[in-house]
Amino acid sequence: MDPRPENGDDRLALLAKSIRQSVIRSLAEAGSGHLGGSMSSADILTALYFSVLKHHPAEPSWPGRDRFILSIGHIAPVLYATLAEAGYFPKEELLTLRKTGSRLQGHPGRDHKLPGLELSAGSLGQGLSVAVGMALACKMDGLSNRIYCLNGDGELQEGSIWEAAMSAAHHHLDRLCVIIDRNGLQIDGRTETVMALEPLKKKWEAFGWNTLECDGHDFRSLLSAFQKTRLETSRPSVIIAKTVMGKGIGSIEGDYHWHGKAPSGEQAEEMIKEVAR
Amino acid sequence: MERFINRGNKATKTGFGEGLLEAGIANSSVVAIGADITASVGVDLFASKFPHRFISLGIAEQNCVGVAAGMALMGKIPVFATYGVFSALRTTDQVRVSLCYNNLHVVIGGAHAGVSVGPDGATHQALEDIAIMRVLPNMTVLSPCDATQARLAVIAAVEQCRGPVYLRFGREAMPDFTTVDMGFHIGKAQLLHEGNDLVLIATGHMTWEALQAAYELEKEGIMARVLNIHTIKPIDESALLEAARECGAIVTAEEHQVAGGLGSAVSEVTSKNYPVPIEFVGINDHFGESGPPRELMIKFGLTSENIISACRKALERKSGQVARNEKRGSEVI
Repeated sequence: MDPRPENGDDRLALLAKSIRQSVIRSLAEAGSGHLGGSMSSADILTALYFSVLKHHPAEPSWPGRDRFILSIGHIAPVLYATLAEAGYFPKEELLTLRKTGSRLQGHPGRDHKLPGLELSAGSLGQGLSVAVGMALACKMDGLSNRIYCLNGDGELQEGSIWEAAMSAAHHHLDRLCVIIDRNGLQIDGRTETVMALEPLKKKWEAFGWNTLECDGHDFRSLLSAFQKTRLETSRPSVIIAKTVMGKGIGSIEGDYHWHGKAPSGEQAEEMIKEVAR
Repeated sequence: MERFINRGNKATKTGFGEGLLEAGIANSSVVAIGADITASVGVDLFASKFPHRFISLGIAEQNCVGVAAGMALMGKIPVFATYGVFSALRTTDQVRVSLCYNNLHVVIGGAHAGVSVGPDGATHQALEDIAIMRVLPNMTVLSPCDATQARLAVIAAVEQCRGPVYLRFGREAMPDFTTVDMGFHIGKAQLLHEGNDLVLIATGHMTWEALQAAYELEKEGIMARVLNIHTIKPIDESALLEAARECGAIVTAEEHQVAGGLGSAVSEVTSKNYPVPIEFVGINDHFGESGPPRELMIKFGLTSENIISACRKALERKSGQVARNEKRGSEVI
């Protein structure tokens, strides 16, 4: 087991391992799905659901809860695994992923009534607008709920993201926090080859956002960034989390071919062992 | 049945604006989203009265729809209106996924529908919005025929609906003839003129034209039933089938492409259950253009005269069918 002394929180690290292993199992059983991004976002989701978000798994509709929007709907498997780990529904249900009639749709589908899902999503570039709307409603009513939205870096190529970014700054949505899974990869390869995003930090700053960078696989770095966002009083915040596609599974780390692939049963067994190391 | 009288031309967008204000006064959850053309689409009345409930988002319609979804998820009833070409067509993916797939109660106003936006021309004339909005699951599609009905329609959309609603209305001042006591019952066709020779099924500005055609045909002894379809989805199937059975021929009329709009919605019901000859009055697969609205309606064949011509064709086909049926009947014997 890699002790990684720079990880500030062992509890979170163990939870993240469990979540990663659940994702691998559920994808292998489903026979399809998105492994790469699920791995690169696993630590972000662990931090959110076990340290950052105000929420009650036993009361998924509790009005006082913070809201989490998964704009990159294709990494639903890691959201599902995190929700199950947190107690929203039984972990056994993770093996029904993508099957007919399952509450765990391939991309989040609220119509199937899975507890803990805030938004049916899957078409990239839409979730941030929804998060902005939620934050606007809260501001209008003087509510203190915080709104979090996870976006992919490839997803930032969608123009609608920037409409939402402009509007969040214009309306001073200081309780809105975006996290970007900056794994540098997308289906056709490196983001900088397909459609360059850099200078990304400067772009968000120019749009009027409180822009932070962190190591998306170091809990101390992640939690420190989330903490800083709470100091903002007039600007929305964005955390550009540097991540590695496939993180946790040494044999596939950094390999963009695993964006939309699921492991076979055999591969899964090996991968689960790699995560445990 | 008494004839309808034009009380004076009034734009459906004005009715929409008045209805939005009324809905906003009655229900504090109503919020309005502006995409830079607030007054032009009638939202200014609401915005002046409730400035803290009006959200300006600028010329960013895709964001407007997503924001509306987010606000709806927090318990608001958002109304987002801009020109129909932008609120329904530019935003179709957002409407499909963020609104319809999530089944959220948001009212989308499609302003300047049809050719009545006139001089602005093709890019601003929504002629495909009914077709695209009605095929989305969970979507309700409303198309009021005058300003009075537009006011009732937006109130109904806010108070009666539970999911997404697309409400199309026009820019030009047009005959205002319906009355408040007619009510607005989502999903119910309105009988505006009795008759059994054929049925005119119309929506929006074409309903007045259909009435004029019916009044004209009456002089020749042809009694045309007139149904106003203010709810294109869910469409009143039983009223359509009853009309098909009792009248035997249909003419539909809309300020919209013939493909996919009201005419198609009607044929889907009748061809499957009780096929009768049907003629479509609408735009025949071309874009609009610049010009005064009335001239465009004449140029594109959207007047009561055009409806009358369609009626004559429909009646010919109806009697042809009757003759064929009788011939077949006598052959069997």
